[in-house]
Amino acid sequence: MRQRSLIAITAALSAGALTLTACGSRDSGGDKGSDSGGTVVTIGVDAPLTGDLSALGLGIKNSVDLAANTANKQKFVEGVTFKIVAKDDQAQPSAGQQNATALVADKSVLGVVGPLNSSVAESMQKVFDDAKLVEVSPANTNPALTQGTDWAKTKKRPYTSYFRTATTDAIQGPFAAQYVYNDAKKKKVFVIDDKKTYGAGLAATFTAEFKKLGGKVVGTQHINPDAKDFSAVATEVKNSGADVVYYGGEYPQAGPLSKQIKDAGAKIPLVGGDGIYAEDFIKLAGSGASGDLATSVGAPVEDLPSAKEFVANYKAANYKEDYAAYGGYSYDSAWSIIEAVKKVVDDNGGKLPDDARAKVTAAVQNVSFDGVTGKVSFDEFGDATNKQLTVYAVENGAWKAVKSGTYSG
Amino acid sequence: MNELPQQLVNGLLLGSMYGLVAIGYTMVYGIVQLINFAHGEIFMTGAFGALTVYVYVLPDGTSMAIALPLMLFGAVMVSVTVAVGAERFAYRPLRNAPRLAPLITAIGLSLALQQAVWAWYPEAKSARVFPQIEGGPFEIGSVTIQTGDIFLLVAAPISMAVLAYFVMKTRTGRGMQATAQDPDTAKLMGVNTDRIIVIAFALGAAFAAIGAVAYGLKYGQIDFRMGFILGLKAFTAAVLGGIGNIYGAMIGGVVLGIAETLATAYIADIPGMEQFGSQSWADVWAFVLLILVLLLRPQGLLGERVADRA
Repeated sequence: MRQRSLIAITAALSAGALTLTACGSRDSGGDKGSDSGGTVVTIGVDAPLTGDLSALGLGIKNSVDLAANTANKQKFVEGVTFKIVAKDDQAQPSAGQQNATALVADKSVLGVVGPLNSSVAESMQKVFDDAKLVEVSPANTNPALTQGTDWAKTKKRPYTSYFRTATTDAIQGPFAAQYVYNDAKKKKVFVIDDKKTYGAGLAATFTAEFKKLGGKVVGTQHINPDAKDFSAVATEVKNSGADVVYYGGEYPQAGPLSKQIKDAGAKIPLVGGDGIYAEDFIKLAGSGASGDLATSVGAPVEDLPSAKEFVANYKAANYKEDYAAYGGYSYDSAWSIIEAVKKVVDDNGGKLPDDARAKVTAAVQNVSFDGVTGKVSFDEFGDATNKQLTVYAVENGAWKAVKSGTYSG
Repeated sequence: MNELPQQLVNGLLLGSMYGLVAIGYTMVYGIVQLINFAHGEIFMTGAFGALTVYVYVLPDGTSMAIALPLMLFGAVMVSVTVAVGAERFAYRPLRNAPRLAPLITAIGLSLALQQAVWAWYPEAKSARVFPQIEGGPFEIGSVTIQTGDIFLLVAAPISMAVLAYFVMKTRTGRGMQATAQDPDTAKLMGVNTDRIIVIAFALGAAFAAIGAVAYGLKYGQIDFRMGFILGLKAFTAAVLGGIGNIYGAMIGGVVLGIAETLATAYIADIPGMEQFGSQSWADVWAFVLLILVLLLRPQGLLGERVADRA
């Protein structure tokens, strides 16, 4: 009897384990693209494909996939077929580093798009730089990634293989502060962050600009990203007399936080960065979210003429998930790698050179093309030269663009 | 404005939820000396059970007055089924194995349940919205109480009273006490210990399910990982109150919840402690409290019979 049930359990467990492995490998498949023979170049994708932030991560993966398929269809690079390999980092720096190592080991990978989180990028940069493998992030906004930890005083680029199509928090935070102070006319802010690289950095740049403008910080809190109960924080916000809350962090916490602050009786807007600009924020925050604000990188994708084609192609490709906040930037990130591969192949008489990775990295530095989000090119730090930002507000259960612009001093 | 009463209520609510889940840890430990680390996931499956009833069984737009009892029923059914199944297939075969074997099994089961919900429950890869009770918040003096929290305020004490009555007054309850004291002697006296153990698992799961519905109503969302952190906190509450003691679980939960809330709100006001005061430090202070209690009273706040179990 004991024996039998043990066998039954083992069988059940191994069946379970097999199913789980199957789930895992499904994510790293990606479309093979239809042959045309010749060399296969892989574009790696690293993003959170499962868990809280998967709404943003899957949008990144699908958009890169779309870029690869488009290049294949157009035979953009003669004799080269692109395919993607997507890795799930679960928004964890440790998982990101493992993925980076795996992508470096795959010799066909000539460029990587990702990650979503600045903290994950920190753990990946050195691995990619050692292998001279180019990494283009559509979403990282922490200034230190391109301009060094002392970016406020002396800018120094730490890794030459790292680029991004997103704007930095050095611009995003102050841009939000100017909107909140000058346009929304809020003078007393309660600043909350999640202590992660992205959230804390964003909250700091916002606070500095808000104070400079003459606004008052009436309280600060740091929340635990694993927690769901923010009632103690919400009570503090209510009693602080703040007329606006700024949150540096992402939507899985921002949604419940907004809900609990409003529930506590403080009917004041919550303002955040691109990390809360997601449909799921509205879902999680509930009906009280109306009037909450978010800044996000670039002009609204739907409004740009260059983006119409992207949106149409994305719809035609029938991806299950929305392209979310970073779709256009992910497409442009992938396309900058594709452009670079084309340049390298063209310069080498129609085939890939032996040191293709280093050559592609050098070529990305000099790309310049009209992408989904406008002109795509990189400055001497690897930052996008396009520094547009937009403020969005929640209206009737959806994000509406309120104001676009660039931050100037 | 004095925010202390509101913060105490916040802590009491959070703590009542910890307490409801902690009862499951403490009952199972009291009877089979197993720390059932899958209990947090049993709590999680209960929440999904309730959601299933609301979204997939009931017609759209059912009023919460009718839906809530049915959701509660669904939650309890799912949790109890999972818990009893876990006991039967994962723990019972290991009853006489070394203590570490079922512990590792529990951790494995916890991961398996999380991943199962992740993989097979529709759209459970990110958080799902949980139905809310309509109606504005209630103001009592300077304290605001949400409509969803009223369920927790009512359910926690009632559950506790029912459990106390069951354990103290009924025949099965006394059988549980006997099994906890000495399983072999209890068996010789004619107590069906296998049945008692199943009942302990089932009761713990039922309380976790009530806690899970309260969680959904309070935070408006549930996800496949919700049981992990909450399970750890509830386990901490059980140890704080004295593991094996059902009243201790509730007291421990409330003490832990209030400690976390007060640490979030007030530590930063102590001069020189600003950087240790935020919510991200609340867990640290809660565990400092746990260590202090265990140093001074190793058996926990209400614990009595740990010595004869070591």
